[in-house]
Amino acid sequence: MTFRERLQAWRYNFVPDHVIGEILSKRWTDNAIPFIALVVTVATFGSLIPGFFKLYSLQESTRQLGEFSLVVIGLTVVMLGGGIDLAVGSIFALSAFAAVSTFFILEQPVWVALAASLGTGLICGAINGYLIGFLRLRAFITTLVTFIIGRALYDILVVAYGSQIQMSMASSDTWDFIGDGTVLGLSVPVLSALILAVIVHIALTRSRPGWHVLAVGGSRRSAHNAGIRVRQTVFLTYVFSGLCAAAAGFLIATRLSGAGPGTGLGLEILALTAAVVGGNSLGGGRGSVVKGLMGAVIVLVMTNGLIRLGYGTGTNQMVLGILLAVAVTIDIRWLKNRHKVLNEVYVAPVYLRMGETQSAVPGSGTPFELNNRLSAADPIGLGELEGPEDVILDREDNLYCGTRHGEIVRFFAPDYSRSEVFAHIGGFPLGLAFDKSGNLLSCVGAMGLYSISPQREVRKLSAETRRTFTSVVDDAVLRDPNDLDIAPDGKVYFTDSTKRYDAYDWALDSIENRATGRLLVYDPKDGSTRTLLDGYRYTNGVCMAHDNKSLFFCESWACRIHRYWLEGPKAGTAECVIRDMPGYPDNVNRASDGSYWMAWLGMRTPSFDLSLRHPGMRKRMARRLPQDDWLFPNINTGGVVKFTEAGEIVATLGDLSGQAHPSVTSMREHKGYLYIGGILNNRVGRYRIEGADTGWTGNDSYWGVRS
Amino acid sequence: MGGNAWTILRSLNQERIVLVVAVLIFGAAVIALPGFFTSANLISIVRSISVLGILALGMSVVIIGRGIDLSMVAVMAMSIAWYLQLLGDGMTEHSALLLVLGGVLAIGLLNGILVAYAEVPAIFVTLASGSFVFGYVRSQLITSDAVPVPTGHWVELLGGLRLAGIPVEVYLFAVLSGAVFLFLRFTKWGRYVYYAGDNPVAARNIGIPVRPMLVLRYVLSALIAFAAGLLTAASLHSINTRIVNSTLLYDIVLVAVIGGIGLAGGKGGVRNVLVGAALIGIMLNAMTIIDISLLYQNLIKSTILLFAIIIDGLLNPRDEQTAQQGDI
Repeated sequence: MTFRERLQAWRYNFVPDHVIGEILSKRWTDNAIPFIALVVTVATFGSLIPGFFKLYSLQESTRQLGEFSLVVIGLTVVMLGGGIDLAVGSIFALSAFAAVSTFFILEQPVWVALAASLGTGLICGAINGYLIGFLRLRAFITTLVTFIIGRALYDILVVAYGSQIQMSMASSDTWDFIGDGTVLGLSVPVLSALILAVIVHIALTRSRPGWHVLAVGGSRRSAHNAGIRVRQTVFLTYVFSGLCAAAAGFLIATRLSGAGPGTGLGLEILALTAAVVGGNSLGGGRGSVVKGLMGAVIVLVMTNGLIRLGYGTGTNQMVLGILLAVAVTIDIRWLKNRHKVLNEVYVAPVYLRMGETQSAVPGSGTPFELNNRLSAADPIGLGELEGPEDVILDREDNLYCGTRHGEIVRFFAPDYSRSEVFAHIGGFPLGLAFDKSGNLLSCVGAMGLYSISPQREVRKLSAETRRTFTSVVDDAVLRDPNDLDIAPDGKVYFTDSTKRYDAYDWALDSIENRATGRLLVYDPKDGSTRTLLDGYRYTNGVCMAHDNKSLFFCESWACRIHRYWLEGPKAGTAECVIRDMPGYPDNVNRASDGSYWMAWLGMRTPSFDLSLRHPGMRKRMARRLPQDDWLFPNINTGGVVKFTEAGEIVATLGDLSGQAHPSVTSMREHKGYLYIGGILNNRVGRYRIEGADTGWTGNDSYWGVRS
Repeated sequence: MGGNAWTILRSLNQERIVLVVAVLIFGAAVIALPGFFTSANLISIVRSISVLGILALGMSVVIIGRGIDLSMVAVMAMSIAWYLQLLGDGMTEHSALLLVLGGVLAIGLLNGILVAYAEVPAIFVTLASGSFVFGYVRSQLITSDAVPVPTGHWVELLGGLRLAGIPVEVYLFAVLSGAVFLFLRFTKWGRYVYYAGDNPVAARNIGIPVRPMLVLRYVLSALIAFAAGLLTAASLHSINTRIVNSTLLYDIVLVAVIGGIGLAGGKGGVRNVLVGAALIGIMLNAMTIIDISLLYQNLIKSTILLFAIIIDGLLNPRDEQTAQQGDI
């Protein structure tokens, strides 16, 4: 190995590039940018302004923050529902006026003032909600206009009643407490904002109405089709926002004990900037209360900080304008390009030097030498089937296979010309096995381990195992369950080929070549699933040895067969039985003469083997070329190989024509015939094996001869 | 006979309704308000809506192309304020004008590029840029809220200019209306504005340069705002930057929308602006003569705008097929 190659191996096998893609695929990365902005803002202004972090200073500035946060929470909910509410600025002012006038002019108790201001918010919110939700007007322009109307009304009211409010002698301890007091060091506005934030967060993430809001924001039409009352949901978001703004208005009324022409001025653009800077998406569906709160802190610290640092008129508007433009642009670009970025960085190939192999070329004289025997196989279901990855036969000789449409199809003995859909599962049914009582078990790609009773009842057995401690992406989920076999005690041993890709992206896994395949066991007694082995390059076929003391499993991209011991001195360990084969192994099944059949889904090529030694090249390929131009493993030629328990190759079957069975993913011996499946094939092949035991069946071999 | 009435009813679109209403209000004002139907007052009506109308022309071109420009008033006031400040600081006429025009162009380009190429909704871009323009100019470039026109400067002379007793801005409004009319109706690019506004994706598919044209429209509206600012400064002999926080912006939208230019884009023309401007001008003048206070005028105007938008929303419902993400 050259020094350069060794460097490559270290670079790509020890630097965890794949983690970047996994982190980017997490939703919480959306919070990273606003969070960093938050830390930077607070740190900057905290260090520039003397006494910023003093308790009294914090209590005073957080009062305003509490009121502002209430408004932002309301606006966030509206934005999540796909709308926008600029009217919060005037609702805030109007409800502050309602509270002040009720308290000082009408001299009513505090709770009446609270009710008056909440009522104001409710009415204003309902008007907005009606116009936008039910009349389906444009949210932005409509709330802009209702905002102006509200503001004009407020200006008129303040001019008319302002002096009367100032002359009033009304006072109340409760009123003063709400305005000035603290509970456990927290002022009332902060406390109410916190409580509301927790409630709204739980409501949005864990309650039906909250989900409805997010669904409507995510896609109005889909939400409508799903039976959600879209208009009513939109209506309610505006009502809620109105109430939030009203609560904030009530709080500022108690704090200032008055209402002047400046109350709530510019609040709408502040709140809008806060919600967007926090990372809530325009157009809805994406965002959270936490983001709104982060945005509120950023915007308020920044604007107040600029004032306290003595910058003149206009600076705030300038900074807000920049903030808003930058945040909206980032939001739009990120939403639009996130999946592109993810696609580019997700594939993170590793270095692998494949061992020298023997040739499989016809006439080469090696044990692997391929021939043309499979081209003589009789087709079953030709043209009707799409993707029979695995095939199996029951005790009545009927043939079962999965299809890419998520169905299990049954062909009836003896001539297999009639078929029916035995069961519909969904996903992509791959490996098949019968258990002792005749249930058909299947590893369903992208779904999990399923069982179908003879009465065709589909039941999920397992869809997850235990999550590993260091995983970034949840690896408890079975992304690509591939093949299974069943031990005499009923335990199901099965493989999950990769943690990195979904079942239909198996080809991407071959490019990356990262060892993330697992061998798992499902215990029907307690329904638990455990991971036995981890870290193989695409674990695939599983087969119980004839004596049931061990099992064989394939490692496709490494071209190896391993043996996992269930009993005996080596129990719980795996050893490699066959290495460096010229083909990529798929399923393994028992043969009648005590040996085993193995399917080859494709053949190694010198070019792909070479590319495995150049992970940098594969990375560039995955980034720069369209997928059609990528170098993939060759799956245009495959075959069937027979091997003994000791790992000796005794026979090969191939189809050199490339017509009938170019790529073989499974084969099953039954009464002297071999039934052949291929994941990309349009048929099941039936091949008569010379000199095989014509009475041998898999069911008898596993579960004994039934009398 | 019934068929005839039905035809008349069917032919009533928003523009005609507004025209009828304007004529009715005009008639009522002539009868009820003494001093309304005098040549001096009529000239003052036309003059008062000239600047508004010019701004509305710029806004209309943007709205027809399915956009909106909320930065117009900020650009109008702040560019002139900066210009006058530069002149007051002793800069030469040419370099001051070039500098300010460069700034106006830059804002128009910035708006257009963000809308066209970054695909940010116009309403956010222009809201943000309006706030930025006001804040930047106010805090960095000028020293006080109001900036006076230097005595003897051509802007001052422009304000006093009269042809046949009619102030010059009225002529300018007429000329600009004609130019925009010709542009929208008879030039290829003018027609493209309608196609792009009606269905941007389809317009792009048939090969119209949708994005460069979007940029062009925002540049155009910024330049028109600058022209309107010059006229304002000319008639007032100074520019007060507080106008940015007034309801002028909504008056512009009001003129465009009430005249029948649908916010959904692709509809309307110069005639709609004229009709809208006529109604608003007559109304404002009548309200001033009746002596309704400015606060109540705001309330009335904004309520009318709300109803205009409701009617617009009912007449031109949003097309969910061509609506963009975040186009709210």
